[in-house]
Amino acid sequence: MKVPLLVANDIIAGYVPGMPIVQGVSACVAPDEVVTIIGPNGAGKSTFLKALIGLVAISGGRVSLGGEDITAEPPHILVERGLAFVPQTGNIFSTLTIQENLAVGGHTIAGALTSRLDRAFATFPDLAAKRHQKASVLSGGQRQMLAIARALMTNPKVILLDEPTAGLAPRIVADVFQQLRRLAQSGVAVLMVEQNAKAALRSSDRGYILAEGRNVIDGTAHALLDDASLAEAFLGGRRHREEAR
Amino acid sequence: MIAQSLADGILTGAIIALGAIGVSLGLQILRFANFAHAELITWGAYLALVFVSFAGAGTSIGPLSFGWPLLVAIALAAVLTGSLAWLLDVLVFRRMRNSGAHTISMVFASFGAALIMRHVIILFWGHGTHYFTRELQIAVEVFPGVRMLPDQIFILALTLVVVASLHLYLSRSRTGMAMRAMAENAALARVCGIEVEKVIRWTWVLSGALAATAGVFLGLTPQLHPEMGFSILLALFAAAILGGAGSLVGAVVGGLLVGLAENLSVLVISAGYKSAMPFLLLLLVLFFRPQGLFGPKS
Repeated sequence: MKVPLLVANDIIAGYVPGMPIVQGVSACVAPDEVVTIIGPNGAGKSTFLKALIGLVAISGGRVSLGGEDITAEPPHILVERGLAFVPQTGNIFSTLTIQENLAVGGHTIAGALTSRLDRAFATFPDLAAKRHQKASVLSGGQRQMLAIARALMTNPKVILLDEPTAGLAPRIVADVFQQLRRLAQSGVAVLMVEQNAKAALRSSDRGYILAEGRNVIDGTAHALLDDASLAEAFLGGRRHREEAR
Repeated sequence: MIAQSLADGILTGAIIALGAIGVSLGLQILRFANFAHAELITWGAYLALVFVSFAGAGTSIGPLSFGWPLLVAIALAAVLTGSLAWLLDVLVFRRMRNSGAHTISMVFASFGAALIMRHVIILFWGHGTHYFTRELQIAVEVFPGVRMLPDQIFILALTLVVVASLHLYLSRSRTGMAMRAMAENAALARVCGIEVEKVIRWTWVLSGALAATAGVFLGLTPQLHPEMGFSILLALFAAAILGGAGSLVGAVVGGLLVGLAENLSVLVISAGYKSAMPFLLLLLVLFFRPQGLFGPKS
């Protein structure tokens, strides 16, 4: 495994003090790597991501970026340090135009955003055509593209995504995973939470399985996909077979 | 007669709009109904009065009733009232925010702050009325059948300039965009690297500055008194809600509609019911369009 860039050790976090949802989760991600966190509903996956970006208070454990401690820093500092986050819902500003969404994404960047905007529109041509329209006109898939393009405005080192394919048509799901793969190839560390476990693992390097706020198992994406008992428990293997019958 | 009422309505509406913008920003970004906003209007007027009393009224500019000291006073009052609004946040509302206070607690705290602010004015300046200038003005006929005082034309023109600049600020500047982003989704704004406290501070300063401008205009037409802000408080909220909270255009149109409703109603009903008109309009709009005229559908 490559040298990890973002390392989270034994994170304890939650919304209410004394009632942690995440109860000691560890994970790491290296540049060029796509890592997926899966697990049942209520496993604390989303809360873990929100804790990493500073939206949920961390009460225990340590997060480091390139060896430097970034535990409990506020979101705007984390963004400046190179983290980016794409929430699952409400991940675009629908009252702002598409270009304004991207400009807000580059809020922490000093100087003109022109070259970054050009790059975003080159990567996502669908968005370019509608750049001066309100983001509310976009389709589900386009919204997700805008959310990702917005997060990339800062040239992040690490991008965290909370269920990037939730509610998308299967064809668009493949597009999103392909984009993330390409992103990793360009040197960004990609860490995502997914319900679409199998499809996500297929385009990931490694995976973590969480349950009840703790790590259950982790390994390479191949190993997780091949493990029959895991498939039964977490990947919806049996259900799929039953449906097929 | 109708034309004259329209003109009067637009004038009242312009002043209400300037105040309603601040209320609207507060509803969306600070996320509570700030009843102390009316007192910022009063404070703005009295702070300008302090400067005018020291500097003297100066020679009148053209047909206007005042000279350059009042223009300086508007700018000065805007800066000072903006700072006062910020101070109010630091002393009261920031503490409540940090301790996770409920919106209702914030609203009641704003009532308390409003009472204190109003009575400090009474303490220093008394209950009586004050004037920026005692000059007499002759109304000019701007359109056939419509007469306006030169001061009133000045107020309309300056309101237009202020609203246009604010529009540019909110749509072009980085802080302006951050304010609009935060108005829609604070959590997403935070992960875009926007510092929430910075945006909140600017919201107070901007609201305070706009309130001060509205205050001076109210004082010019024609006098200052300690209840001047409080007396238009409900009209401000009616305008902000009517337009759809959070939209600049909404607050301006809401302000104009409230001003027009008040002034046109006297043509048909007794002037005693004048101040009820905005609420009738508000009820009607909310019945058909609960999000307000320009508010986003939720």
